[in-house]
Amino acid sequence: MSEIQLTINGQAIKAAEGETILETARANGIDIPTLCHQEGVTPTGACRMCLVELDGTNKLLPSCVTRAADGMVIRTDTEKLKRYRRTILELLFAERNHTCAVCVSNGHCELQSQAQAHKIDHVNFDYRNPQLIVDLSHERFGIDHNRCILCGRCVRVCDEIEGAHTRDMRNRGIATLIITDFDQSWGEASSCTNCGKCVEVCPTGALFIKGLGAGEMVKNHELVPGLVNTREVVHAKN
Amino acid sequence: MIKQTLTPAFPSDDKRWRIVETAMKRSNYQADALIETLHAVQEAFGFVDESAMQFVSARLNLPASKVYGVATFYNLFQMKPAGEHTLSVCTGTACHVKGNDQIVEFLREEYGLNPGDTTPDGKLSFIGARCVGACGLAPVLIFDGKIVGKLSVDEMKQKIREWVNDES
Repeated sequence: MSEIQLTINGQAIKAAEGETILETARANGIDIPTLCHQEGVTPTGACRMCLVELDGTNKLLPSCVTRAADGMVIRTDTEKLKRYRRTILELLFAERNHTCAVCVSNGHCELQSQAQAHKIDHVNFDYRNPQLIVDLSHERFGIDHNRCILCGRCVRVCDEIEGAHTRDMRNRGIATLIITDFDQSWGEASSCTNCGKCVEVCPTGALFIKGLGAGEMVKNHELVPGLVNTREVVHAKN
Repeated sequence: MIKQTLTPAFPSDDKRWRIVETAMKRSNYQADALIETLHAVQEAFGFVDESAMQFVSARLNLPASKVYGVATFYNLFQMKPAGEHTLSVCTGTACHVKGNDQIVEFLREEYGLNPGDTTPDGKLSFIGARCVGACGLAPVLIFDGKIVGKLSVDEMKQKIREWVNDES
């Protein structure tokens, strides 16, 4: 694999060909905020938090799905990008009901920590306050759609890692909702293997283990990347 | 190579399932034939219900949630049988600003219909269509496939009332 050179935030960086801008940046200690990105599964570029500026184009590029190329000059933290990221976060807060104080993931939530990092103390949009269902029909897990940001991580993990594809999304736009099988309740979804990987990758408190109180749901972020790594090692041996 | 599991039986002995089967066979039961197949179901039956989705999902070896997700994503697929008559109201930008927003409101107040609904007697279905590509005729209404455009809000209301009364 050949090596390429690029500049990120003024820093000269070497990368392997085929790597994404996000991977290159993180490998060199430059963090780019993400919400829908999940290490170990296919990136989709859905949340737009990881947009970066590239010299020579007016278009902002989603770094999780853009490959690094030789000679790229990239900036990841301009005022414009920060402003856009704040707007994305504000829109997410306005779209559903994110009440941190009573949430199982309070203190361990990626949406919350991104909001803190971007210094969001108020939301400039009217809250929609939807009345979405909370599905507690599964024996061990629950899903509260009010806290879901539709990042699609649970869908991709269920499909690509577990291979069950119990989850998907129904409808579109503002009516989009995560579903299990034919939009049945989770407890009735026969394809679900009860593995719980969707719960561990959920960035917010939308998917949780039942019986926990506010702030008690701590996700295991290493689980899925670890599984993928183990599989690669086993594959290489055989 | 994905192993073809047991061939699922048709959901009923309705002959129209053969049309659906042919559509799938034509694309060699490939997973990417899903939208084509759902079109075939929609055309043959007029709607795509859960038994159809179950059949298609089993036949094409696709996850249930995927089939459900695709079927609900596109406005073209109806989940419920349509009424005897269908009124499509274009809610694209041009038609919206020309008064179709008020027609959507009118149908809710007068007939209790939200987009996608059918009256309890099964006579009238109301479909909210995104831009139908006839913005020059805005505001556009489609009465059972017949396009009517360039009417004022009052004229549209009158036309809908007359049409509903004539047809019932």
